Amino acid sequence: MYDRKKLAGIATGRKEWQDEALAPSLRKSPERLRRFSTVSDAEIGVLYTPDPLSNFDYAEDLGYPGQYPYTRGVQPSMYRGRLWTMRQFAGFGSAEDTNARFKFLLSQGQTGLSTAFHFPTLMGYDSDSPRARGEVGMCGVAVDSLKDMEILFDGIPLEKVTTSMTINGPAAMIFAMYLAVAEKQGVPFQKVGGTIQNDILKEYIAQHSWIFPPEPSMRIITDILGYCADYVPRWNTISISGYHIREAGSTAVQELAFTIADGIAYVQAGIDAGIPVDRFAPRLSYFFNAHMDFFEEIAKYRAARRMWARIMRERFHAKDENSWKLRFHTQTAGCTLTAQQPVNNVVRVALQALSGVLGGTQSLHTNSMDETMALPTEQAVTVALRTQQIIAEESGVANTIDPLGGSFFVEQLTNEMEEKAMEYIRKIDEMGGMVAAIKAGYPQREVADAAFHFQRLVDAGEKRIVGLNAYRSVEETPIPLLKIDDRVEKQQVARTKEVRRKRNSKRAQACLSALKEGSLDPKVNLMPLLVDAAREYVTLGEMCDTLRETMGVYTDPAMF
Amino acid sequence: MATAKGKGLAAAPKKAARKVRILVGKPGLDGHDRGAKIIARALRDAGVEVIYTGLHQTPEMIVSAAAQEDVDGIGLSILSGAHNYLFPRIIELLREKKMGDVVLFGGGIIPDEDIPKLMKKGVDRVFTPGTPIQEIVDYVNQRIQPRK
Repeated sequence: MYDRKKLAGIATGRKEWQDEALAPSLRKSPERLRRFSTVSDAEIGVLYTPDPLSNFDYAEDLGYPGQYPYTRGVQPSMYRGRLWTMRQFAGFGSAEDTNARFKFLLSQGQTGLSTAFHFPTLMGYDSDSPRARGEVGMCGVAVDSLKDMEILFDGIPLEKVTTSMTINGPAAMIFAMYLAVAEKQGVPFQKVGGTIQNDILKEYIAQHSWIFPPEPSMRIITDILGYCADYVPRWNTISISGYHIREAGSTAVQELAFTIADGIAYVQAGIDAGIPVDRFAPRLSYFFNAHMDFFEEIAKYRAARRMWARIMRERFHAKDENSWKLRFHTQTAGCTLTAQQPVNNVVRVALQALSGVLGGTQSLHTNSMDETMALPTEQAVTVALRTQQIIAEESGVANTIDPLGGSFFVEQLTNEMEEKAMEYIRKIDEMGGMVAAIKAGYPQREVADAAFHFQRLVDAGEKRIVGLNAYRSVEETPIPLLKIDDRVEKQQVARTKEVRRKRNSKRAQACLSALKEGSLDPKVNLMPLLVDAAREYVTLGEMCDTLRETMGVYTDPAMF
Repeated sequence: MATAKGKGLAAAPKKAARKVRILVGKPGLDGHDRGAKIIARALRDAGVEVIYTGLHQTPEMIVSAAAQEDVDGIGLSILSGAHNYLFPRIIELLREKKMGDVVLFGGGIIPDEDIPKLMKKGVDRVFTPGTPIQEIVDYVNQRIQPRK
């Protein structure tokens, strides 16, 4: 990209600057820190110049937006055509409570929905299970059956609004219920658009909402890939997620590497299940964390696009351009928010959101300032949404595509990110792929080590966090918090019992028997059986219990 | 309980006969174990014998593990909002098993206003987000002794 002679001149010039200008200046007043590093503790140099980019090739390494390798963005016009989707993750209490929050968010200019389920749903238990005691509606919305799903999306036209659902272990069951609601609204499956997270591998690594062991879980996932390719073509089947890996304490490189390695495992599983790669790969999407280190994050997103494009074309021989494109959702990093001086979190979120936008995200969730303490209040979530709107409408950053492309620093960081992540991927390949690596506890251990290292840096004051280990306030000003009504649990338990009483129990039982039988035959696709069961108001817990019997359960290896 | 294990070791000092044993537990369904694992490691590094339960434990599972391992203290990490049910339930079960002298402490996403209520019910200490690890290690060292 650069003239070699000129680059050599720049290298010489840089050396002279270091010796003649920088060194004397540092002798007079030394640098603030012994070592400058990112939040992931990757060392950062004093100045970035073009000379290390001698092998850099514009067409090969960057290209143009909407063209291979998509480093600069997946769409030709990016935000000049359409802004990213502003999609706030929401869910608490009963289906009625969350339905009201959804409608509020849509009325405030939000453009897509994102559903947070409570822990019993995430783990495949009904609200009246003994395992659900004390948890109903606490960390998300309680969904046990189609009845709850009908209320959740009441008055929301599913042919117009796309919905993202954070659901993994029981993704297939919740997706089946969503399709049944769409059917009741008269929306054909071909027109239903949205996303299920459905990324079980990162559950084993980081988020830990699993039900079944890895192999049967992968079978359910390939069933979904095949079913959607045939019947729900607009559905994003897996949101391959680095977010939770990062929240669990990984570095940026680990987030990138393990997430792409998960993606590789899903693509391989789909191909092994006999689905041609270009039939399912275009509907895979990604989900990354927007952490505190601004440039490191931007480099991560750019590297991710380039890596995925190369992997899909060269490793998996995908022919459809849409299989090469890494589309992604971003959420700002919950783990960076502080309970101390919580209003400061608005600023953290704004910076993180800006990195997501400069990194070319397709959709974005901005955390609310109160999220280290509780689920967000309406007021807090409005500020978070407004933050995105200010970035979009006022800051000017959406006026041109990939404005940081060509920055010596950002390009070098992007290259380093790709190189280091590819090293991890090679290592995981050598271990036999991600499923084998997870069984060996490899990514789990890497993440736990990084989390421990970072905590030590914070405790030693080497990483400074405002309000926490620097600039502390004596007096804290409390902010209002959302309280979940204790009555939610009782009402939800009563509703689910009523659903079981009122439904046609013969048909419900028949669905469960069919599901059990189907699960024993790997050639059967479980999705149509689950949709049938959802229609008959078979509960989530019943579907999952049936499959627990035949597929087994996964338990935490409890390493630390 | 512990006396049954010894056979004529009257000369040995009873205290410091063994390391402090702490059960680090994750009750409930939430999967956030970053904090629990960091605490478990830090306590282990500080010379405490740590038993980590892993995720998704019921109160019954936690108390039965505590009894089996004969621990001196239990540290619970809860980030799901279910603390107002889980802490008191575990205390109830400990008392039923005559293990009321096991020191129970915890941390996680726990609003300030809930802390006095939990302490009144018998939780010894609640740590909130942002607590340095050393503070928790110091607390365990000072507050928790091997049970008789």
